[in-house]
Amino acid sequence: MNLNELYSQVIKDHNLSHHNKHPLEGANVAVPGRNPSCGDEIELFLQIEDGVVEDASYTGIGCAISQASVSIMIDLVRGKTPAEAKELFRLFLAMIRKEPLTSEEMTRLNDAAALKGVSNMPARVKCATMPWHTLEAALDAASGSTT
Amino acid sequence: MVSTDYKKDFPLLLQPDAGGLPLAYLDNAATTQKPRQVIDAVRNYYETFNANPHRGAYSISVRVTEAFEEVRAKAARFIGAADPEEVVFTFGATDAINQAAQSYGEQAVGAGDEILISVAEHHSNLLPWQRLAKRTGAVLRYLIPDQSGRVTTEELAAKLTSKTKILAIAHVSNVLGGVNPIGELAAMAHEKGAAVLLDAAQSVPHIPVNVRDLDVDFMAFSGHKMLAPAGIGVLYGKKELLQRMEPARLGGGIVEEVTQQDARFLDAPLRFEAGTQNAEGVIGLGAAIDYLEAVGMEAIQDIERRLMDDALQELCAIPRIRLYGAGDAEERTGILSFNIEDVHPHDTATILASHGVAVRAGHHCAQPLMAHLGVNATCRMSLCFYNTEEDIRRLAQALSTVREVLGFEP
Repeated sequence: MNLNELYSQVIKDHNLSHHNKHPLEGANVAVPGRNPSCGDEIELFLQIEDGVVEDASYTGIGCAISQASVSIMIDLVRGKTPAEAKELFRLFLAMIRKEPLTSEEMTRLNDAAALKGVSNMPARVKCATMPWHTLEAALDAASGSTT
Repeated sequence: MVSTDYKKDFPLLLQPDAGGLPLAYLDNAATTQKPRQVIDAVRNYYETFNANPHRGAYSISVRVTEAFEEVRAKAARFIGAADPEEVVFTFGATDAINQAAQSYGEQAVGAGDEILISVAEHHSNLLPWQRLAKRTGAVLRYLIPDQSGRVTTEELAAKLTSKTKILAIAHVSNVLGGVNPIGELAAMAHEKGAAVLLDAAQSVPHIPVNVRDLDVDFMAFSGHKMLAPAGIGVLYGKKELLQRMEPARLGGGIVEEVTQQDARFLDAPLRFEAGTQNAEGVIGLGAAIDYLEAVGMEAIQDIERRLMDDALQELCAIPRIRLYGAGDAEERTGILSFNIEDVHPHDTATILASHGVAVRAGHHCAQPLMAHLGVNATCRMSLCFYNTEEDIRRLAQALSTVREVLGFEP
């Protein structure tokens, strides 16, 4: 197991920076994310306006992988439509499941590509994917409440 | 006689792991490794007398039945039970507690009665009582352990009432490692007419345990935490209590007579052992008890205490570490929970794993205790007599790197 691959600079930076870690005043969706076996607990906030994720944030506690993953995810989906966000989720899951991605797709994942190393560590996969499953639940909740 | 280099008997502990070194296995509270004596006993059973116990008239069925009942007697002797018939084989401690809660609990507890457990209980000694309380209208009340992680007699005195029907408590917390003063607690509970169930999953493998000295009514433990295979455990129950209980599980092998509308059950313990039994598990458990007795439970306690003294010294020297539970190895077993400041236990465990050190991270199936401690999760190291000072040294060395790996100042 290569620790530097797992805890790369990008992961460490996101884990330490906390720039997306705060409540969101204008949020119209708040969804909890839980990883019961590890005790990762987050609350994901989305502010969706005119069919765009205007802003997002999170609060809660978790391991470096889950905290970095949620922070990276928020940077990625800010300004995207729910459909675009879900497409990123699909790509992220494919990367973690070791499905082949094109270099263009890896580029679209941006910092999230730094979590690729998790795919070699089954015990930590849920830490990386939990925020994205929470995002999906939040997007579904948002579309349910507006239609 | 076993050699004192115990690791030699445990094939898995000799295999190379990370960096070519064997694993420093410090997750023994989760499950222990198996000595070749146990592996050989199970193999020998499969190769020479695999049959369904209590069924056939042919030679290997007779042989397995004898072996099965010999292990029952051995297990009874090992825990100081008066009679082999007080030993019920179960799937494990979880199954044992579930059966006791169902078979004894539902006849002993009614609306308004109280069930007392500790907030430090493993979910396996919490959820069955929570359900029993919900079903019967009884009240589930909690004992709060002191700073050392142990329930004091004062705490029990404050919570015990004439309505208390059951005290269900762990001998040793699977998170904090403190040893509860069971003999005193049980005597107090009996004075109020309450029955006592002891969850001994973390004590029977590590310290001498005698059910008659402790005077508990029921006791549960698991084979896989004491060198035996998984899927086998024991529910000890006082004979007069077991005889009055209905079986929780129904099936083959437990009846004297079945008619279309009625059934008459065998005496305990067979009435609780429905379906084909885990004979290989029982055979393995017998070999595990032989091994533990050859080392000696007092010797095991001494070895683990010495290792724990070492561990406490080494870990206290790690910067920004927080230890949970008692500081004095005299009153605790080889379980120690800790966290490194700013670092989630799962990251700590991953980094330790990269150094070939195995510990557990999470809530340890004790969420109410985590809430009580005000933590989300902890790392836990847990010893077995086969561990060495070298294992502890490797743990400490790996721990000292954790903050730096994650980009914190050391």
